[in-house]
Amino acid sequence: MLKAIAHNLFERLERAFDYAFTPAWNPFHYLGALGWYFFWIVLVSGIYLFIFFDTGIVHAYEAVEAITHAQWYAGGVMRSLHRYASDALVVVVFVHILREWAKDRYRGARWFAWFTGVPLLWFIYICGISGYWLVWDELAQYIAVATTEWLDTLGVFGEPLARNFLNHNALSDRFFTLMVFVHILVPLLMLFLMWIHIQRNSHALVNPPLGLALGTLITMTVMSLMHPALSHPPADLDRVVTTANLDWYYLAVYPLLDVMPGRWLWAALGIGTLLLLITPWVPPLRRPPVAAVNLPNCNGCARCVADCPFNAIEMRARTDGLPFEQEAVVDAGNCVACGVCAGACPTSTPFRRASELVPGIDLPDVSIAALREQTLAACAKLAGEARVLIYGCEHGPPIEQLASESVATVRLRCSGQLPPAFIDFALTRGHVDGVLIAGCRPGDCHYRLGGQWARARIAATRDPQLRARVPRERLELLWSGMSGLAKLERTLAALRARLVPLGSYQRPHQPKTAQESGNGN
Amino acid sequence: MAIRPLAIVGQLVAYAAFMAVIGYFAAAPAYSPFPSDQAQIKLSFRHTGPPKVECRRLTPEEIAKLAPNMRRAVDCPRERLPIAVEVELDGKILYAATLPPTGIWKDGSSKIYETFAVLPGRHTLTARLRDSRRAEGFDHTRREEIELRPRQNFVIEFRGDRGGFIFE
Repeated sequence: MLKAIAHNLFERLERAFDYAFTPAWNPFHYLGALGWYFFWIVLVSGIYLFIFFDTGIVHAYEAVEAITHAQWYAGGVMRSLHRYASDALVVVVFVHILREWAKDRYRGARWFAWFTGVPLLWFIYICGISGYWLVWDELAQYIAVATTEWLDTLGVFGEPLARNFLNHNALSDRFFTLMVFVHILVPLLMLFLMWIHIQRNSHALVNPPLGLALGTLITMTVMSLMHPALSHPPADLDRVVTTANLDWYYLAVYPLLDVMPGRWLWAALGIGTLLLLITPWVPPLRRPPVAAVNLPNCNGCARCVADCPFNAIEMRARTDGLPFEQEAVVDAGNCVACGVCAGACPTSTPFRRASELVPGIDLPDVSIAALREQTLAACAKLAGEARVLIYGCEHGPPIEQLASESVATVRLRCSGQLPPAFIDFALTRGHVDGVLIAGCRPGDCHYRLGGQWARARIAATRDPQLRARVPRERLELLWSGMSGLAKLERTLAALRARLVPLGSYQRPHQPKTAQESGNGN
Repeated sequence: MAIRPLAIVGQLVAYAAFMAVIGYFAAAPAYSPFPSDQAQIKLSFRHTGPPKVECRRLTPEEIAKLAPNMRRAVDCPRERLPIAVEVELDGKILYAATLPPTGIWKDGSSKIYETFAVLPGRHTLTARLRDSRRAEGFDHTRREEIELRPRQNFVIEFRGDRGGFIFE
């Protein structure tokens, strides 16, 4: 229920952003990539700041002040960018988590990215908190004292860590140097974990489009000039900090320490982390059967490997003695059963009648042969003029609501599951007068790349390509997502209005190809 | 694609909202972790009590029963006595506790880290500590008139090597 509401909200919000930014620049489609981008901004600005920073506790504050004020145009901007990009990182990460949850893109075989993303949250916070420590102003003092007092509640340290900040006499470089080390080491570990996080996604987006990257960078630079990041008064351990201008993105946990025991807060964070880790299995996803390779029909072309959005297929040395070098092998642990591989397979052609339609790779429960039968059965019932067949993906608009005497519908797991030959088959064999394909919004494919590959195949820029003979005026594409019924109705009406004067498709007279010879339909 | 003015406005609004949300919560609203009209007394030290049981010279028979590489003339149990501490402000007990030794063998130091918010002004501060086998009374006491300013962090430490309690 809650998830459905969140999903609906995201749909509406993203639709609005699609209008303003276009799908190609819609920030909701690049939350992960924006996270990477903000990380790089933080890293580059951090390296700049480190050049001018004094890592000793005595002069750290003066060094930061000099960076901020003496070279406000460079160091000051860099410091502000360092802060604002860090904050933006937190924002996009949490929206990213919420969005993946709302759109149910974290369960089943997709558990890996979710699971590896959870520890990243801890890394982000360790980086952020240790960074605020290094300024050694009153905010840093508050964080240092509160953090060490909080750590001491764990009861694992021989001497209370907070005694390092008793008063000015207790202060030494020891802990401060450790924080500098943590602030440099943890981002490197974080980068490694970010790399692991995307390992199961092919063509993972780690860079936002140039327009969006420039837009956010300009925005943050303007913020840095208008509202630069500034220090509190210098730390003085002989005075208690009474006012802290907290960065709520990183430090919101500290006020909680004033209303609950530190151990409870550790327990709450630990339980929260554990719950997040097990979320992909609560409740467990009933996984459909994964893609299966049919070796006698696999020629080792590797198109399925190129198109699989989840790195679930690899090519290995041939094992069946057929005269091909390689064969496709499915990693069941990674396969989400989207069917994009079947859509990519050159043997997935409905024209094949000489033998049983069994592609080199296919989904056992939603096979290409079944898709052909569904297509034929749906089209056979059509009557009247401007007969249209709508292929819609599971996450697209509710196409069934538009079924009528002249409109047939066939559901696909993903639009990328549809081999372009099916469009050719439906139109040039005269089963229908027009074909409409409805799928997820561009950039928001439930299976990451299915819609993108489908568009490229139809545009004949990616194999398998829609043949040139297919009359494009009889084909319509609508990438509107699950809430695009009204738009689908309008698109269908427009297509049918266009089809009426065209009449039924008349096949130009031409000799049959070898592939088509013997076809009965 | 034609430039749509409304879309440009939408982008500007989105970037402005992004700027406002990030910029505001990056340093606001301010949080007050401690009342500005009060002072703080911080009691903290780490001190090791004497052994709970005094060392005892082993008899030749007891020594003979020990493994050859473990033989020793004196047996000194590791466990330490707890430390009793008491802090009094203007005649009222601010803190009183018996601090157990740390460690799984109870042979570590006793430790304490406590903070108290108090009103600024002139106070009589007394700190007492017992680190011997005596059942009552204290082995170390320091009593002093102190003047606390608002926001002051006043530390009470105990350092055996510096003669007992340190007020600073």
